[in-house]
Amino acid sequence: MARPVKEINAGSMADIAFLLLIFFLMVTTMDIESGLQRRLPPMPDENQKQDDIQVNRRNILVVRLNDSDGLLAGGEMMNVTMLKDKAKEFLLNPTNDVSLPEKEEKIIEGFGPFQVSKGVISLQNTRGTSYKAYIEVQNELVKAVNEIRDDFAMVNFGKKYIALDDDKQRIVRDAIPQNISEAEPKDTGSKR
Amino acid sequence: MAVFNKKGKKDVPAMSTASLPDIVFMILFFFMVSTSMRQTDRLVTVKVPEATEIAKLERKDLAAYIYVGTPIPSRQAQFGTDARIQLNDAFKTVNDIRDFIAAERETKSEVDRQFMTVSIKADENVRMGIVTDIKQELRRTSALKIMYNARKADTQFGN
Repeated sequence: MARPVKEINAGSMADIAFLLLIFFLMVTTMDIESGLQRRLPPMPDENQKQDDIQVNRRNILVVRLNDSDGLLAGGEMMNVTMLKDKAKEFLLNPTNDVSLPEKEEKIIEGFGPFQVSKGVISLQNTRGTSYKAYIEVQNELVKAVNEIRDDFAMVNFGKKYIALDDDKQRIVRDAIPQNISEAEPKDTGSKR
Repeated sequence: MAVFNKKGKKDVPAMSTASLPDIVFMILFFFMVSTSMRQTDRLVTVKVPEATEIAKLERKDLAAYIYVGTPIPSRQAQFGTDARIQLNDAFKTVNDIRDFIAAERETKSEVDRQFMTVSIKADENVRMGIVTDIKQELRRTSALKIMYNARKADTQFGN
């Protein structure tokens, strides 16, 4: 004898769904991972260690951070806020000063010849430097490069670097490389 | 003359809630898809430093995390208050990073391995010594793509 099948009351489905929803709301993490992206230099080969590329003195800007977070850039003590302008002046060398880095004419694919600066910023720190100060300095240096890139993009393409398409971004990157080298750690006056 | 059939007083019909489950399910599926479960318990307190020139990590699934900071209060009796490294779920030393990176590499697909980024989440008060050690170890294991985790600073002073 077939009994008529009663329809299941679906009224509580909403409650169940809400329960699940609240669970996922609780466990979800919405934090975006963001930070300063860097590429470390590869470890030098032990066999051919003494094959260092000699970089001309004028092409290096040495930025040092000491144990008490004092900043020394290009031989001058300075505040972090001044570092950006120092780095920009160093990388741009607008007056072709002999004490600032030389430029090399490179042919950039899709753009043509451009005077690319050979300047390298070398960042050195001791073991006692605080991480906060280190990131602050890294940030200023990246900001200097980004501002130069924006200017270059504005002049040549009429847009900011971030608004350009991939190919043009590559051109800008080739024209203004981000040469920030993190030197081999030196044990100078360190507290462990 | 048209006759409108008006039955006495007007009753407000009960609102149909039949579509409520559908709406809730829609939100539910959104959260299920977008959620990423917290995989590790934090054993160290990390307050990442501020920066303005930050970039977003594009492939979150290709990241390996190294936490550096002082142990949480409940672990301080055992591990002290000096900055420690946390890998996965335990306190580790610099020498363990090599194995950790190798294990992390294994979990990624072969195509994506070269794009693996090591995200260093270090507290702003740690000393560079420990970070330098980590960096040197990462260079040795040729995990060269790194990211210093930082949060967006307020840009209230113009730039």
